[in-house]
Amino acid sequence: MSDAMPQAATPSLADNVLGMAKRLGMSVLPFAVVIALWQFASLFFPRFLFPSLIDVFWRCIDIFSTGSMFADVLATVFRILAGLAGAFIVGGLLALLMVRSRAIDRFLSPILSLFQGIPALSWVVFAIIWFHGVEFRIFFIMVMTTLPSFTFQVLGALRAMSRDLMEMVFSFRPTRMKLFRVMIAPAILPDILTAWKVNLGNASRVVVVAELVGATGGVGYELLQQQQLFDMAGALAWTLQLVFFVLIVQGILTLIENTAFRYRAVSERVI
Amino acid sequence: MRDIVTPNDAAIHLDHVSKVFGKPGSSGAYRAVDNINLDVRPGQMLAILGKTGCGKSTIFNMIAGLTEPTTGTVRVDGRDPFADFDSFRGKMAIVFQSDRLLPWRSAIQNVELGLEMLDTPVAERRAAAQHWLTKLGLGGHENDYPHALSGGMRQRVSIARAFATNANIMLCDEPFSALDESTAGRLRAEFVRLVKENGKTAVFITHSISEALEIGDRIVVLKRPAMIAYDVSFDTATDQQQRELIRSRIGEVLAA
Repeated sequence: MSDAMPQAATPSLADNVLGMAKRLGMSVLPFAVVIALWQFASLFFPRFLFPSLIDVFWRCIDIFSTGSMFADVLATVFRILAGLAGAFIVGGLLALLMVRSRAIDRFLSPILSLFQGIPALSWVVFAIIWFHGVEFRIFFIMVMTTLPSFTFQVLGALRAMSRDLMEMVFSFRPTRMKLFRVMIAPAILPDILTAWKVNLGNASRVVVVAELVGATGGVGYELLQQQQLFDMAGALAWTLQLVFFVLIVQGILTLIENTAFRYRAVSERVI
Repeated sequence: MRDIVTPNDAAIHLDHVSKVFGKPGSSGAYRAVDNINLDVRPGQMLAILGKTGCGKSTIFNMIAGLTEPTTGTVRVDGRDPFADFDSFRGKMAIVFQSDRLLPWRSAIQNVELGLEMLDTPVAERRAAAQHWLTKLGLGGHENDYPHALSGGMRQRVSIARAFATNANIMLCDEPFSALDESTAGRLRAEFVRLVKENGKTAVFITHSISEALEIGDRIVVLKRPAMIAYDVSFDTATDQQQRELIRSRIGEVLAA
């Protein structure tokens, strides 16, 4: 290692604009292809199989602008976020206990693995049999289906923390709170954000199943209505509500990543 | 030339200290340190010299309070650094072999780390961190993240981090061994000057005889499992011929 300063090249404004346009183009292109293929299919198939995307667009506008329908979307969004937050808090606490005690780890790991093997639909059935309240049922299903992966992901992140850095921070004799703030939280944040991204997709699929059989409102419930009416445009419009939600939250998480991890070195050579 | 330090005067006191890894008496047990006695007086710069695996780092970790001795007593400023771990907050600073900078913190935020543990007000700790970064030639690099700094610069940040807390005791575990000789030489000279200027007690682990002679005013040579094989003190009055004698004696002890 030498004492010389590494050189950093500064890109010009034109390079920045070109790069941004390229990134935008690359992120829009896959959606444009899917939309074009669907619209093309709608020219040849009956409306109940492939409705025109113009119909779907108006149905989406209808959902956004009608208070009762938009309330269904918000109810589903709230259920997803509440379930994920519950699973994250419980999973994070379990992971902390497991990393501190080998005995707790040996006891809990097989149970969590067992939970991971139980299908989401089984949890739906269990929740309907065990509980009465609709909201609690859905919360329970969301927590049980995402808890194992949150726990294992946080546990993995805690175990992967650098022992050298931990010892360095310990050498300054931090309080538990400060150790968490200066070392543990920043070290595990990348894995936590990844866990949220992965579980967000899972949760948005599970919530629909839970609402299909156990709720009187929400996107899942509305999808059931569209199925009974054989209304593909409506089914697609309601599905898109969830897709929009997932894309928005993923975008927010990516924004957090870009801001929080700007300290990372980026290699010019890709994998 | 052996230094006489009584336990009562000592800043660091090791009394019949042993460390066994694994269950003592079992076949897998490994005795890293064997019944060592050592006293370091306040303001002394002690270089602990020995070959790889001789137990230097174990002694270092016991003085730092990161490892508990199996038998014997370790005292730093009269207290047990392992049992009274928190009471040494701000009183002991460590420079490790690698820089160990937190990658998510800028250079100045890394230097502020120890002061944050002491609840130093933000403005005060920012000023102290700035002072030490400038003193170590890193003015202008305060907001750089570790990945943007060279190896030598990162190690300077870690030295600044250790000095910023104004701890009385500095523990250094081969801090320049990963650097090229010219950078290491420059940093070593800066380090000695800063330790002397600030009247610190320093324990410096090394496997280089030249580095020990350059840094220490006392050298303890360890043989495996960590036992003191040679203990010598010297000062600025020690001439080049005497230093060469010390060097050859250390060489003989290490080769034996």
